[in-house]
Amino acid sequence: MTVTTKGPLSPKGQLSPRPYDVAVVGAGVVGTAIARELARHPHLRIALVEASGDVGDGTSKANTAILHTGFDAVPGSLESRLVREGQRLLSAYAAESGIPVETVGALLVAWDDEQLDALPGLLEKAGHNGYDAARIISADETRAREPHLGPGALGALDVPGESIICPWTTTLAYATQAVRSGVDLHLNVRVEKVSSEDGAHLLDTSRGALRARFLVNAAGLNADVLDRLVLGSGDFTVTPRRGQLIVFDKLARDLVRHILLPVPTALGKGVLVAPTVYGNVLLGPTAEDLDDKTATGTTADGLDGLLTKGRRILPALVDEEVTAVYAGLRAATEHDDYRIRCHEGRRYVTVGGIRSTGLTASMAIAAHVAGLIAEADPGLDLKDPVEPLPVHMPNLGEAFPRPYQRADLIATDPAYGTIVCHCERVTRGEIRDALISTVPPASLEGLRRRTRARGGRCQGFYCGAAVRVLHEGRGEWGPE
Amino acid sequence: MTRRQRGVDVLVVGAGPAGLAAARGLAEHGVGVVEVLEREVVAGGVPRHCHHRGFGRWGVTGPQYAARTVEAALGSGARVRTGVTATGWAGPLTLDTTGPHGLERITARAVVLATGARERPRSARLVPGTRPAGVLTTGELQQAVHLHGQRVGTRAVVVGAEPVGYAALSALRRARVTVVALTTDQPRHQLGRASAVAARIGHGVPVLTGTTVAELLGRGRLSGVRLRHRDGRLTTVDCDTVVFTGDFVPDHELARRGGVALDPGTRGPAVDGAFRTGVEGVFAVGNVLHAVEPALWAAREGALAADAVRGFLDGSGPAPGGPAIEVAAPLRWVAPNRAVPGVPVDGFVLRTAQALTRPVLVVTQDGHRLHRQYVPRRALPNRTLRLAGHWTGKVDAAGGPVRITVGGLRDGIFGAATE
Ligand SMILES: Cc1cc2nc3c(=O)[nH]c(=O)nc-3n(C[C@H](O)[C@H](O)[C@H](O)COP(=O)(O)OP(=O)(O)OC[C@H]3O[C@@H](n4cnc5c(N)ncnc54)[C@H](O)[C@@H]3O)c2cc1C
Ligand SMILES: Cc1cc2nc3c(=O)[nH]c(=O)nc-3n(C[C@H](O)[C@H](O)[C@H](O)COP(=O)(O)OP(=O)(O)OC[C@H]3O[C@@H](n4cnc5c(N)ncnc54)[C@H](O)[C@@H]3O)c2cc1C
Repeated sequence: MTVTTKGPLSPKGQLSPRPYDVAVVGAGVVGTAIARELARHPHLRIALVEASGDVGDGTSKANTAILHTGFDAVPGSLESRLVREGQRLLSAYAAESGIPVETVGALLVAWDDEQLDALPGLLEKAGHNGYDAARIISADETRAREPHLGPGALGALDVPGESIICPWTTTLAYATQAVRSGVDLHLNVRVEKVSSEDGAHLLDTSRGALRARFLVNAAGLNADVLDRLVLGSGDFTVTPRRGQLIVFDKLARDLVRHILLPVPTALGKGVLVAPTVYGNVLLGPTAEDLDDKTATGTTADGLDGLLTKGRRILPALVDEEVTAVYAGLRAATEHDDYRIRCHEGRRYVTVGGIRSTGLTASMAIAAHVAGLIAEADPGLDLKDPVEPLPVHMPNLGEAFPRPYQRADLIATDPAYGTIVCHCERVTRGEIRDALISTVPPASLEGLRRRTRARGGRCQGFYCGAAVRVLHEGRGEWGPE
Repeated sequence: MTRRQRGVDVLVVGAGPAGLAAARGLAEHGVGVVEVLEREVVAGGVPRHCHHRGFGRWGVTGPQYAARTVEAALGSGARVRTGVTATGWAGPLTLDTTGPHGLERITARAVVLATGARERPRSARLVPGTRPAGVLTTGELQQAVHLHGQRVGTRAVVVGAEPVGYAALSALRRARVTVVALTTDQPRHQLGRASAVAARIGHGVPVLTGTTVAELLGRGRLSGVRLRHRDGRLTTVDCDTVVFTGDFVPDHELARRGGVALDPGTRGPAVDGAFRTGVEGVFAVGNVLHAVEPALWAAREGALAADAVRGFLDGSGPAPGGPAIEVAAPLRWVAPNRAVPGVPVDGFVLRTAQALTRPVLVVTQDGHRLHRQYVPRRALPNRTLRLAGHWTGKVDAAGGPVRITVGGLRDGIFGAATE
């Protein structure tokens, strides 16, 4: 089990004589899923390299956390197929790994005649995407199902299969399982140059050189840049499309039962209201095309606009306290579909343009990519994968018992009865476990994504300093 | 999943000044088993990390005050259990708890909520920008500096110029952080005169009024804040730390989860002059009612609530249910916010939304004037405004809501009640 965070990748500047079989660039939800999938072939030497100090630190940490059915994808597209398969795969994986998922269902609420008229078309589209459980419901039923909805809802498309999921533990579960299966995870490694040497890829990175026979580009917003580094050209350009979101307090959770999706119109996908598995309510996202791939800040206009829309959808929501505001960047391209391309002769796969469904599709993308690699490079022998040892992720979901609620756990270890972060009820035991886990957090933010500590309504007023003490004292618990 | 079940006479949630004073008042009078639950490892509430003086008359510091109140409560015979969190309700007077010794379900004859208040963090204030490290509230800052001796940063901007902003200033100075500016969106600061002079002259910190934080900058670590000034001008101040102070909100989670109705103005439990919430047997005291008041005021409420709880337990208390007490703009809220007819109340706290020069507070019910009170100073937003409570004896139990308004000049001259 190897996770490295500093120092040269090749000790003493000497490249190991044997290159990695595969290097995956980018440890977002897509890259970690691919690494995990490939790790099912124990004879392969695999490197997962990530520019940030933590996994899932890019787009994968900042989305709306919905496990989509794919009912509204473009029928026949690669995305449609991979979202559908991914939904099935990830649902099963989540159940087995303790990743919280709640199938709350979605309602696409029509607020005007144009939107109401669009519902039959959407129903039909769902059918083309192989999703048959959707149906159109009346204004009365809509209101009965969502009593706090603002006035004027004319009806809705009911999509019972839409679910909410924890994006943080998903990425972390993949990464953990990959590392436990032998993948070398190298953090703080930015790939800066790629050349070929003796039939292998030679990656120049911020932590020195690394060689790999096969290269997978899962660099998210930078997938186009990496393509140009490897191929000298690319077949797409990533335009970051910012989505700003507001997270409302847990006390707002009772206001909403379903994911309330907007009806997509010519003007785009629009703003949704959705519960989270942590028991909050999300409002967002915006959709703004930018040039800057680092522009993950929120703006006054963006937040104002969200509140205006939110007030219409669920008026009582905007009276509740706000817990957090954040923004994520979708990797939009000039194309309508995912840009997953295998360059066989170059032993290189690009997994680009995974815009707004990558969390859902992640496992299916990984399986698809493994298939492409197997075909492109029979020398790697990707036949007969073995099942990795199961992982069990700490439960961050409110629909399942959390450690502070478990007498059995507290009886074995009182640290699970010692609440440190009061708003989110995170215990000392959970924080300790995260700090000594296979892929430990690099920062307080990383600790928050693993435990939710400091992520609640007080944002540290009560617990911030105490959590910091535990984080800084992580040495006391020693490495695993 | 097993929970130990047991019963006590009174269960107090929160061992801050208010909860401890209530517990002491009850235990001292021999009200059976009085138990205080405190989720922190050490009892005492917020004063534990307020290292400045100003708690009591003799220059007592927060930690000294906290230690004394804990001792007094213990001395009275109350039980104080730390490291135990009340996590929710299992019945109208039954709370579930979590602690290192396991889970419990405690039923009481009366419950006192004394869960305090917190400052709204950056996110709740919808301050745009990135999400770097180095963004704090005073509560976190004080704990970092005073309880844990942590390093905080090197250059800070303090947002808010209420007294708590001054507490932030002193914690930053202790941590050897240079304070670049104190900013407030208000037209003037709300520090006491002495603190203001001390901030500006003593420590050379400019107080920027009419200024809002437009954006936080930096990734990883804060690199600056963008300020919007009264005239619309934007400036950027380089700093690695920003402290959001004030803008207090009651910690009402437990109250709400127990079905206790809130007052729309205070956002804390609605209570009458006897600190009774809308749920029979559930009382609330201290900052959970009205956000931040001085510790002595919170403790005073605790002591008064102890009397009320005893009245409830032995059946000698007043009948529940009196008319609501409402405020009219520019007043924002009043606490308590329900009258107990026939029972004089110690006093009320109010807040105004805008500065008022020597206002006259007028209390009426159904057009009748119950009380009129001249305030001999300027009333400022986010600063305490107090109203005497003896008039509550005159409230008509069957009447309409009691209204508190700011009287005009005519009122001052002619003594007429204005609406
Ligand atoms: C607002 C919003 C809402 C969304 N909602 C949903 C949803 O509800 N459901 C859903 O399924 N999907 C959703 N998505 C989409 C989903 O979040 C993304 O598709 C997914 O996270 C993409 O994962 P990724 O691994 O491709 O990218 P990333 O998570 O961005 O990972 C790419 C990684 O590559 C690293 N990297 C880049 N360049 C280099 C380099 N040169 N060297 C080394 N490392 C490098 C980056 O640091 C980064 O960590 C949403 C997205 C947004 C923005
Ligand atoms: C930064 C700051 C500076 C201040 N400076 C001064 C000053 O100089 N002078 C002055 O007189 N006053 C000052 N005050 C105000 C004073 O601290 C408060 O008035 C006083 O602490 C209020 O007492 P309380 O008991 O209502 O609440 P708190 O002191 O907040 O106590 C509430 C307690 O309840 C506990 N609790 C909450 N929920 C639960 C639960 N579910 N289970 C178990 N326990 C729970 C909390 O952990 C906390 O200990 C200051 C306040 C702040 C925030």
